[in-house]
Amino acid sequence: MAEAIAFYVLAACILGFAVLVVTAKNPVHSVVFLVLDFLCVAALYVTLGAEFVAAIQVLVYAGGIVVLYLFVVMLVNVKRPPEAFRAGGRHATLGLALAGAVLVEAAAIAVWSRLSPAAPASAAQTLPVSGNTEQVGWLLYTSYLVPFEVASMLLLVAMVGAIVLARKES
Amino acid sequence: MVELVLIPLLKIIVVLNATLLGVTYMVLLERKVIAWAQSRLGPMRVGPYGVLQPVADAMKLMLKEDITPARADKWVFTLAPILSMVPALVVYAVIPFGDEVHLFGRRISLYITDINVGLLYVVSVTSVGVYGIILAGYSSNSKWPLLASLRASAQLISYEIAITLTLVSVVLMSGTLSMVGIVTSQASQGVWYAFIQPMAFVIFFIGGLAETNRAPFDLPEAEQELTGGFHTEYSGMRFALFFLAEYANMIVVSSVATTLFLGGWLRPFPNVEFLSFLGIVPGWCWFLLKSFIFLYLFIWVRATLPRYRYDQLMRLGWKVLIPLAIANLILTAIVKVALA
Amino acid sequence: MITPTHYLLLSMALFTIGLAGVMTRRNIIIVFMSIELMLNAVNINLVAYSAQVQNLVGQVFAIFVIAVAAAEAAVGLGILLAFYRNKETVNIDEMNLMKW
Repeated sequence: MAEAIAFYVLAACILGFAVLVVTAKNPVHSVVFLVLDFLCVAALYVTLGAEFVAAIQVLVYAGGIVVLYLFVVMLVNVKRPPEAFRAGGRHATLGLALAGAVLVEAAAIAVWSRLSPAAPASAAQTLPVSGNTEQVGWLLYTSYLVPFEVASMLLLVAMVGAIVLARKES
Repeated sequence: MVELVLIPLLKIIVVLNATLLGVTYMVLLERKVIAWAQSRLGPMRVGPYGVLQPVADAMKLMLKEDITPARADKWVFTLAPILSMVPALVVYAVIPFGDEVHLFGRRISLYITDINVGLLYVVSVTSVGVYGIILAGYSSNSKWPLLASLRASAQLISYEIAITLTLVSVVLMSGTLSMVGIVTSQASQGVWYAFIQPMAFVIFFIGGLAETNRAPFDLPEAEQELTGGFHTEYSGMRFALFFLAEYANMIVVSSVATTLFLGGWLRPFPNVEFLSFLGIVPGWCWFLLKSFIFLYLFIWVRATLPRYRYDQLMRLGWKVLIPLAIANLILTAIVKVALA
Repeated sequence: MITPTHYLLLSMALFTIGLAGVMTRRNIIIVFMSIELMLNAVNINLVAYSAQVQNLVGQVFAIFVIAVAAAEAAVGLGILLAFYRNKETVNIDEMNLMKW
């Protein structure tokens, strides 16, 4: 019962803030709504029992990536405010129509797969450690070590690339 | 029902009130200590020895006119102090003030809650506190606050990395992310982590100074440099919120440092039986005493050291503290594996 | 009773909102933020199904998605800043250097 209330409230907040992100005229308002959206998504993860992913969502997404967006918005906002949402333009109508088509198609797939259920999922795994963070850590360092190392290489390359790109020509 | 809702609610009320009271009296403490360091007396007029000064300050700030700049972004202007204050207060949910007491026939633990990822929760919530500063500078619609807020937030996110790396070495030692678990592991290992992780301790303290915009890292809000920094355009109660948020952050950093490095509610030398008479003093008294030592250290450092220039500050954070923290982490990991 | 289908519908709705943002807005930073919304929709889906089948692979995958999103945001904004230095606009209609 409490879980249902939590889910519906959080889902309403997530979708509401997402719509506000996409439709706000001022980019700084969009960024603020994005932060609130990510915090609601982290709360949703907590209700699902994924506390490590929730903490990483707040720490990396809301506390890192969106700060980066806010910095860039303020750096490019200085001279003149950019073009806002042009309601009723040809692009807007086509975009919304395509998005609606994707939503209808995905909903149809969801309903169809509900009616004809697939094969049962694999058995639950048993790991030597207990606790969400410990288990995720165990997986990251044993079964998924190679993707972990590749992700760290990716972050290093992205860091170097971003620094080189954003540096002033001296 | 009582256990689930009423007791945590009571704990929240007690902790919040104590925090806000402590924050207001921190202002007085700072003024007094800096005055004594400068051979003067500080506030002495309001109440005996100036003890009622925070009341006068609070009344002044509440009765001041609430000015919003002409073309400021109203909603964001109002939101920024809230975004600065709320993370500082929300962190108190996981800080353990003591072990367990018996009140009215129940065992009440002296912390609001104990979650498995307590330390990660602390770090992630304080990283959301950056938004208050950036949005305050932006929404003031004025050059100086904008520049100051960008500098302040760049400083905050740089020192966040060094702090997080030191926390990882503490987690390596204790094997758990929960705050209560870290204190109990210090009890079971019989030593405060400050003695086996001295470099992490020092880096955490320096990073904590920078995270809370305290001297010597307080260039973003230095009155002489940037006409007040990111809260230039704020007056009255909103300014009070920023001010209180800074002191609340200071208390948070002190509490977290106490929990992680000074053994939380443990008495000094928890493994030495000879000193077990110190167990008369309850755990939460030790916690408050140790946090108070940190707060005094914050004020002492402010009264003593000159201010860092901005490029020196960034150089310290990126080129000195982060490599040291990584080196400490690698060393801790090597020693732990070698001893296992 | 909240089944994974509820989470699936939520993540589809969020994905569609992000998609509408990408295809409609002209400000490139809003486009980037809509892409982040889409990635979050995928993450919600992964974590919800991981909670249902009690297999933590979904959460590990979600962590990797967050890491890749961070890298992509950094590089994308770096490119944007480099472009902004040459032609001072963030309107993607005006980013048409290859058209005369």
